[in-house]
Amino acid sequence: MPTFALLDCNNFYASCETVFNPKLKDKPLVILSNNDGCAVSRSNEAKALGINMGAPWFQLKNRFSKSGLIALSSNYALYADMSNRVVSLIGNYTPDYEVYSIDEAFLSLDGFPPNKITAHCRDLKNTVLKHTGLPVCVGIASTKTLAKLANHCAKKRPEYAGVCNFNELTPQQLDAIFKALPVNEIWGIGSRLSAKLNPIGIETVFDLKHAHSRTLRDKFSVVLARTITEINGESCIGLEDAPPPKQTIASTRSFGIKVTDIESLKESVTLYTSRAAEKARLQKSHANSITVFIQTNAFSDLPYYSNAFTVSLPSPTNDTRLLVKTALWILIRLYRPGYVYQKAGVILNDLVPDAGRQLDLFFDESPVKLNKRDDMNLVMDTINRRYGRQTLKVASEGFKAPWKMKQDHKTPGYTSDWNGLIKAN
Amino acid sequence: MVPASNTDDKPGPGRPEGRNAYGEATLPIRVPKSKITVVQDYLKQCALINALDAVDQSQIQGVDVPKRRVKLPLYSSKVAAGFPSPADDHIEKRLNIHDYLVDQDDATFMVTVTGESMRDAGLLPKDIAIVDRSKNAAVGNIVLAVVNGEFTLKQLGLTEQGKPILLAANPAFKPIEINDGMEFEIWGVVTGSIRKFL
Repeated sequence: MPTFALLDCNNFYASCETVFNPKLKDKPLVILSNNDGCAVSRSNEAKALGINMGAPWFQLKNRFSKSGLIALSSNYALYADMSNRVVSLIGNYTPDYEVYSIDEAFLSLDGFPPNKITAHCRDLKNTVLKHTGLPVCVGIASTKTLAKLANHCAKKRPEYAGVCNFNELTPQQLDAIFKALPVNEIWGIGSRLSAKLNPIGIETVFDLKHAHSRTLRDKFSVVLARTITEINGESCIGLEDAPPPKQTIASTRSFGIKVTDIESLKESVTLYTSRAAEKARLQKSHANSITVFIQTNAFSDLPYYSNAFTVSLPSPTNDTRLLVKTALWILIRLYRPGYVYQKAGVILNDLVPDAGRQLDLFFDESPVKLNKRDDMNLVMDTINRRYGRQTLKVASEGFKAPWKMKQDHKTPGYTSDWNGLIKAN
Repeated sequence: MVPASNTDDKPGPGRPEGRNAYGEATLPIRVPKSKITVVQDYLKQCALINALDAVDQSQIQGVDVPKRRVKLPLYSSKVAAGFPSPADDHIEKRLNIHDYLVDQDDATFMVTVTGESMRDAGLLPKDIAIVDRSKNAAVGNIVLAVVNGEFTLKQLGLTEQGKPILLAANPAFKPIEINDGMEFEIWGVVTGSIRKFL
């Protein structure tokens, strides 16, 4: 029987901030999304105040200022560094794991003596806390779907002290847990699906476990049938070693200020295109076409304009300069003066891997020039990786970026900036 | 009646060479019917590339690039001049300061020293202390501690009653006794420090 564990960091972003600023400990704290829009991570104390995930900051600001609520802008460089540390520690505990998101990883524990697995995971949990300061919970079970539920129990039920192993529970104990868990707590069952399941008598995990798989497969999907099999302890979803390369890469942001002029739009579109091209190069793929869009705020009283345009490229490319040129060419055609723009974005479509890159027989670019473009990008990526992002960039990106997103409450790069380190006497 | 023709012998008739979407001379050609759209699509792309090439390259400004890191090779023997060096076979890995200072990569963080309290232990303002969270603090270690929410660098000691006490390495600073009700945590152990002179 395979054994999976899911390690999940508790309130990850909020916990990262607290490691480097102990004053935040035991305080109601929310981390805001890009542009300080809404709450994307909450400390336990913030949850206790009744603050929901995704609550907009402008509402929270007024309602909870008296409760001492603290808000911070998201510091993704810090969270990524802390996440990498956790992943690297996981590697000391099992060679087979899948990084599922910035704060979650599945571990395969096949071949470990079953009676030692709980202790092994508890040791991992304690090591992560000691080495990084981050509290984590671990759920263990025979399938990934069950491991997710076990993690939920590890987090919500204090009696498990952060590590819950379904394989060590009796069928009676498991039934009691499943009867208490609403069906939408299951991995892959969202609120919409559960709204359809509830009327036909499936309200808890227990109900779904004993539902007729065949009927539900016909009525809903084969994915749901697979979920039922997984809840019954038969593993159908294995570890994914590396996520499959993305078919499209998007880089879009809202602006921090009102943008009306084309120069600012050009700068932002250049930046987003550079980012997208960098991502494409990282996963070694080339775009067949590029889409640029710009839009004004649909919810304001000002005149509304939104437009997008896609250009197919003569041959697949991930060259920053070629893509920026194309993106700006599109932008000039999309731009209409007299509007207050709120958002712009760049999407690279129909990505093909390096190997499957089909060169254009007619395209007037010799292989030599093509190699030069590749070399140039390699130089740019290498320099930017060594000396920090934005060291080398396309000049049309501009140097001041006044339109950049609002991050009024961002903490320093505690692990990525010499001037941002913890200070102590 | 002879139809009007533009094939008269006047030199340079029609559009001047190269003044079209492709930026070069063009010629009429025969194309199989089924391939007309293919050729037209291709020509559109050529025109697009041509238009893109004409986009103005905005002026380029300089940016500061950090100084290059100097790597010091370590040789296991001296080099004899004028003779093919036998040491070539023995060149070893360049020393890396990170490897020297950092033991547990995942658990190591850096802290900027801000005050004089650890002066006599060799930690001066602006020095960077290397802090390893994975180490268990022992009496006598310099630690990064959190006292009532504030970070502090001190030497860990024990009182006669067996309570932790934080000692400064500078007579101008009093020891901090940790009493019940105080929030106290050892964040990590200081394993080394860095100072730059230039």
